[in-house]
Amino acid sequence: MSSIVDRPNVPESDQPGARKPISTGSEWTFDLIQEYDDEIAKCAGEFGLDTYPNQIEVISAEQMMDAYSSVGMPVGYHHWSFGKQFLNTAKGYQRGQMGLAYEIVINSNPCIAYLMEENTLPMQALVIAHACYGHNSFFKGNYLFRTWTDASAIIDYLVFARNYVAECEERHGVDAVEEILDSCHALMNYGVDRYKRPPPISAAEEARRQKEREEYQQRRINDLWRTIPRPEDDDDPIKRQRRFPEEPQENLLYFIEKNAPLLETWQREIIRIVRKLGQYFYPQRQTQVMNEGWATFWHYTLLHRMYDKGLVNDGFMLEFLQSHSAVVYQPPFNSPWYSGINPYTLGFSIFTDLRRICENPTDEDREWFPDIAGSDWLETLHFAMRNFKDESFIQQFLSPKVMRDLKLFAIENDDQEDHYMVTAIHDDPGYRPLREKLARQYNLSYREPNIQVWNVDVRGDRSLTLRHIPVDRVPLGEDTEEVVRHVHRLWGFDVHLESVDDGTVVEEYHCPPPHLDDE
Amino acid sequence: MGMTHIVDRRLNGKNKSAVNRERFLRRYRHHIKKAVAEAVHKRSITDVERGEKVSIPTRDIDEPIFHHGQGGRREMVHPGNQEFVAGDMIPKPQGGGGQGGGQGQASPDGEGMDEFAFQITQEEFLDFLFDDLELPNLARKKLKDTEAFKYVRAGFTNQGIPAKLDVVRSLRGAHARRLGLGGARKKKIRDLEKQLEALKSAPEDLDPAFSHEDQIKVLEDEIARLKANVRRIPFIDEIDLRYRQHVKQPKPATSAVMFCLMDVSGSMTQMHKDIAKRFFILLYLFLKKNYKKIDVVFIRHHTSAKEVDEEEFFYSRETGGTIVSSAIKLMHKIIESRYSPAEWNIYAAQASDGDNWNDDSPVCGKLLADSILPLVQYYAYVEITPQDHQMLWYEYEKIMERFPQSFAMQQIADPGEIYPVFRQLFERKAA
Repeated sequence: MSSIVDRPNVPESDQPGARKPISTGSEWTFDLIQEYDDEIAKCAGEFGLDTYPNQIEVISAEQMMDAYSSVGMPVGYHHWSFGKQFLNTAKGYQRGQMGLAYEIVINSNPCIAYLMEENTLPMQALVIAHACYGHNSFFKGNYLFRTWTDASAIIDYLVFARNYVAECEERHGVDAVEEILDSCHALMNYGVDRYKRPPPISAAEEARRQKEREEYQQRRINDLWRTIPRPEDDDDPIKRQRRFPEEPQENLLYFIEKNAPLLETWQREIIRIVRKLGQYFYPQRQTQVMNEGWATFWHYTLLHRMYDKGLVNDGFMLEFLQSHSAVVYQPPFNSPWYSGINPYTLGFSIFTDLRRICENPTDEDREWFPDIAGSDWLETLHFAMRNFKDESFIQQFLSPKVMRDLKLFAIENDDQEDHYMVTAIHDDPGYRPLREKLARQYNLSYREPNIQVWNVDVRGDRSLTLRHIPVDRVPLGEDTEEVVRHVHRLWGFDVHLESVDDGTVVEEYHCPPPHLDDE
Repeated sequence: MGMTHIVDRRLNGKNKSAVNRERFLRRYRHHIKKAVAEAVHKRSITDVERGEKVSIPTRDIDEPIFHHGQGGRREMVHPGNQEFVAGDMIPKPQGGGGQGGGQGQASPDGEGMDEFAFQITQEEFLDFLFDDLELPNLARKKLKDTEAFKYVRAGFTNQGIPAKLDVVRSLRGAHARRLGLGGARKKKIRDLEKQLEALKSAPEDLDPAFSHEDQIKVLEDEIARLKANVRRIPFIDEIDLRYRQHVKQPKPATSAVMFCLMDVSGSMTQMHKDIAKRFFILLYLFLKKNYKKIDVVFIRHHTSAKEVDEEEFFYSRETGGTIVSSAIKLMHKIIESRYSPAEWNIYAAQASDGDNWNDDSPVCGKLLADSILPLVQYYAYVEITPQDHQMLWYEYEKIMERFPQSFAMQQIADPGEIYPVFRQLFERKAA
């Protein structure tokens, strides 16, 4: 971990123009990339950015499309959905709708970042600053990544996963494996223990333990499903009433992997693989604003530092600033290009304003951020990066100034009213509620339905009951029946899903659907 | 710093997604087959050089997950407020049923949001087409590959193997380079030598400051330096080398003409014609592989025959009876006037539902045996009907006995049965 940090405030001898720019053209070469990286690394060091070693891979546009379509995994098992993704990417790219240029960076050690060969030199420098020093230091520093992922083991684990899936395809057929994967993907977001720290993924460990699991697992499961009744249980009505699991389980995939009665061992292993990948992506899903904001803040700051040192010229800065402003552009809500809040904009604005609050605090800042206003900005930014996720970060650091700058406002849509209502805007009474509402918007358990394993009818028809707890009466979407079918495929017996609002069942889903004459 | 490792991955394989793409096509093969079938319907039978755009309804390829639906109460924060203040009420659009809280759903490219569209390649297109026809792999390969190549000269290149070195051009290049590099210096040498000559022959100046000896020394040194420079220009350099370049070109035999004969009388439905069209496409693909130039002649007939374009051939309907011999006669006439068997390989494919005037069938048999089969490479007859055979079939059976080498016939009730006719064709070609 990095501690605090030499200030770059003391100029060595670097008035602008004192040193010659590294290059003036826009063509890149490997030597130039190396040189830019050296200099950016020096600047990053001045600001105390602590990173994994970098591995910069120069790739072609086609390879970039490959990388895109495997959702950021450098090695992946085969699945049709990645093929679909690829066709989509290729289509967008060939029509020129989509720039591929920006960045793909892998949370691994060394940290792998891709540079596309078509990029100009300023773009390459921007991506290096953004990915290799921005994202990289975020991966290494943020507590969620430190808790949930093991950067040094992920590549090995992905290789293990791919080989295992390929082996299963050989042994059990592509169709059988595809079925299991489809069902697991449907539940991938429900394969995480949100409140327990997981054991880190380690490939060597996986491979060693996987054999053991195969042997012991089936025995354990048979135990749970023992069909001969245990007399002492049956005597006790309270014990018979007891649910299994005793406490609701939020990790559906884990529960199914460990308890589904009919799955074969290889199927359990595949569930486990998807679960582990879900876990690997879990921190990214919760830190989009922070992660992009942090990386954007640093490409902006690092390249300005390069300019101050005279290492890049005005032409370079013009091209860089043009790309930068495209990245942080936020269309207003009534624009045809509006598609929600741009995480780059929001994150960049908060980090930038945080620095301002430290360096040039106003009275308002002193009132809102008494601990931070006037403090050491680098220390404060690093603290914010390390210890928060989007929800708490916004709750903690979104300032009235940023709300004013972005002109944020909140709208309530209640299906029982015939009007939308503006509930808060960027004014004195609005700041606090607005900040709360925006923070909640990034809370995963608000964004995604809360669905848990409620009960298994262990002694009866072995059916599995899931329970959905709606928030503000928001129902489940139209995919729900389809997903329940996937749960049924994994579980092997009847599956019920009930939405329970305030103790009343408001909606039910069943697979297979109930027979009419049963009623 | 040395912490960063830069790798050039551009030469690594780029088709990392090929398997995933293949998996996708495999999963949606029914959709794609349908699209291919429709495309075949729309395309000309000679139009097999390109892939096809396939659209699949988005709901069929969605990956379902648990997510929130419409309804309930929810709040969203948006940017770009202009005139709203807290407490403002905005009427909901009527009839829209309360759109969700704002995620924009407009598709920027204007393409329908409920269609997933993508392109399949020509190879994939043919594969799906062959799939439908139940073509075995070996036959597929034969149809898709152009196996015969010849090398043709294609100018010169500065890279190559020694065996392809063109000595004359290389030396010519070297000569030009030597002239280019040395010419100016040689001229300078000649000028200096003249000055030297003049200096040597001129009388000695009296002023020692202008002593000829020094000047001669200077000139001589300069000439020596220039000569050394010229000597250093290599006689031949790597950049002078020129190699003959050859490129591979498919080497089809010569020309072929393909006659498509079809009954368009009232009893031939569009379904019959579609099956016939597959059959004609296959024959075309087969010929395309073997011949450089292929003409296709379409002859349709009911009671009388007519040469038509492809559109009219497949998509216009007639009513009335059937006289097959009219088409065979017309084919013969066209061969005589335009396609001399000495220059053309002649193939014919006839599709019919088997209907013919009974008097006419023996006429057909005789015409084929006497005037057509001696001229053609191959004549294939497909009878598209699930019903019992009529006169024409029995007449043709006799022909097949007499001309097993150049005549094939098959009854077809669905596209999967087209292939056996072709197998005979391939076997014959292989022999």
